[in-house]
Amino acid sequence: MDAIATWLFEPYEFEFMRRALLVLAITSVVGGVVGTFVVHKGMAFSGDALAHSTLAGVSIAFVAGMNVSIGALVAAIITALGISWTRERARVSYDTAIGILFVAMFSLGVLVISTRTTYTPDLFSFVFGDILGVSRSDVIAAAILAAGLLLFVGACYRQLLFVAFDPAMARTVGVPARFFEYALLVMIAVAVVVALKAIGIVLVNAMLIIPAATASLVSSRFQRIMGLAIVLAFIASVSGLHLSYHAGVAASPAIVLSGCTLFLGGLGWRRWRGRTPRPAEARAAA
Amino acid sequence: MAHDPVATAAHVPAREPLAPEHEHLGAIALEVRHLAAGYPGFPPAIEDINLRVPVGELVGLIGPNGAGKSTLFKAILGLVHPSAGEALAFGVPVREARERIAYMPQVEEVDWDFPVSVLDVVLMGRYRAFRPFQRWTRDDHEAAMAALERTQLAQFAQRQVGQLSGGQRRRVLMARAIARGARLLLLDEPFAGLDAAVQHDLVEILDGLAAEGKAILVATHDLSCVANSCDEAICLNRRVIAAGPSAEVLTAEVLTTTFQRHLLTVPRTDLMQFVSSPGTAGVGGED
Repeated sequence: MDAIATWLFEPYEFEFMRRALLVLAITSVVGGVVGTFVVHKGMAFSGDALAHSTLAGVSIAFVAGMNVSIGALVAAIITALGISWTRERARVSYDTAIGILFVAMFSLGVLVISTRTTYTPDLFSFVFGDILGVSRSDVIAAAILAAGLLLFVGACYRQLLFVAFDPAMARTVGVPARFFEYALLVMIAVAVVVALKAIGIVLVNAMLIIPAATASLVSSRFQRIMGLAIVLAFIASVSGLHLSYHAGVAASPAIVLSGCTLFLGGLGWRRWRGRTPRPAEARAAA
Repeated sequence: MAHDPVATAAHVPAREPLAPEHEHLGAIALEVRHLAAGYPGFPPAIEDINLRVPVGELVGLIGPNGAGKSTLFKAILGLVHPSAGEALAFGVPVREARERIAYMPQVEEVDWDFPVSVLDVVLMGRYRAFRPFQRWTRDDHEAAMAALERTQLAQFAQRQVGQLSGGQRRRVLMARAIARGARLLLLDEPFAGLDAAVQHDLVEILDGLAAEGKAILVATHDLSCVANSCDEAICLNRRVIAAGPSAEVLTAEVLTTTFQRHLLTVPRTDLMQFVSSPGTAGVGGED
């Protein structure tokens, strides 16, 4: 018993681990909420593109000696708005607009980095994630961004849901559908930046997609999926963090792989449920 | 099932009373003047459209696939920007009369895998104006349940929309339009792909709505529905080919022009019997 308690709680004797847990909790909430929209709007590619586009902001801010997180946020929001703008002006498909903006911003990031002749470990912590390097100000910044995002989703939940489900009908009843389509991309940008320092550019999209996709295997109601995605994201985060601490492996991929394991579990659960009629279905069949 | 007085309420309360001059039978609910619309780089999908839908009437908008029926609806509603002309609802521009208008899109335009319940979708019809942290009121729930009852979907209220059959999905969208409590309904292809019995049920619902004083414009390529059920018919193929009482408009000549093919030329009564017999897919071509 003591061994389990030690295994569970010993890591949190260190402040950096407590900070890591806190930022992962914030990431889980934001990832679960935004990820549910992302998964059910079919916007997984947007998440990945916005994550990669932050490299431009990160590297420019780094070279200019400015706040790197703010740089990432600005780059992600510019990309989010640029995707919608390109799609409307150039009349290309959503995927194409994302593809163009994504590589442009990522290339800009790599280009700026290539001007540095020395190895820049701080920069690479953003690319691959550095959960143990999360500072107090990183946690505060993540909390402020998350609070703003949750406030917006709470205030506009009905409109966001309506636009996600049926944008044409939403427009006919006076919902500013275009505004909310832009807003959704900005929400993804914010969620990416919240998780960026901990998870890294390369894997951050997983925090949006995997928990929401897993929750969707289990439930078919939007709000329940959202709640469940938050819980699943947190379970994956804690599992990954412990795995990282005790096995001495990188935290970010450990968290993502824990999430993938939960997804496999969800698939198994669904198969099992598929063979067992639900009470309502059993009644209907009778 | 327990008796629920709310669910069996016969009509949906309209929140906003109409201005008296537009309320009476014979008043014009929808007036379209010289409307043209299309997509950039292509010839206009519709041109110089003039039509009127009076209060209390069920009007069929008939035309072949690609005639511009959906584009006309979208131009009326402002979803497609008209290149000319205007659409007035109850005497004011459509965007100022949103609360009095309900639109039912084609069933293919909605993402049926989306994780929402039937009731959630019908409640969307109750949307009025933006207020932060909005919650549905008791009135909204009552109206949504009454609309589900009317479309015989009350028992599916909590079911995820993707679990419904094609006919039920159309009824969900119709319930959403009904729940809006609007006086003008624009329904895009509500009968497509339905068998005769289900079509009959939907037509009965529409007749009931028209009898309550609603103005209904139904787009369809199904001649039988218009011939049997609509007070008036508008034949569309990029332009209005003919408009007026169904019995007068649906002549062999008009239909040939509308559908751009030679149709069965049989006496009217026989035509109606032919097109309304189950298993016959609307317009029969004779090549």
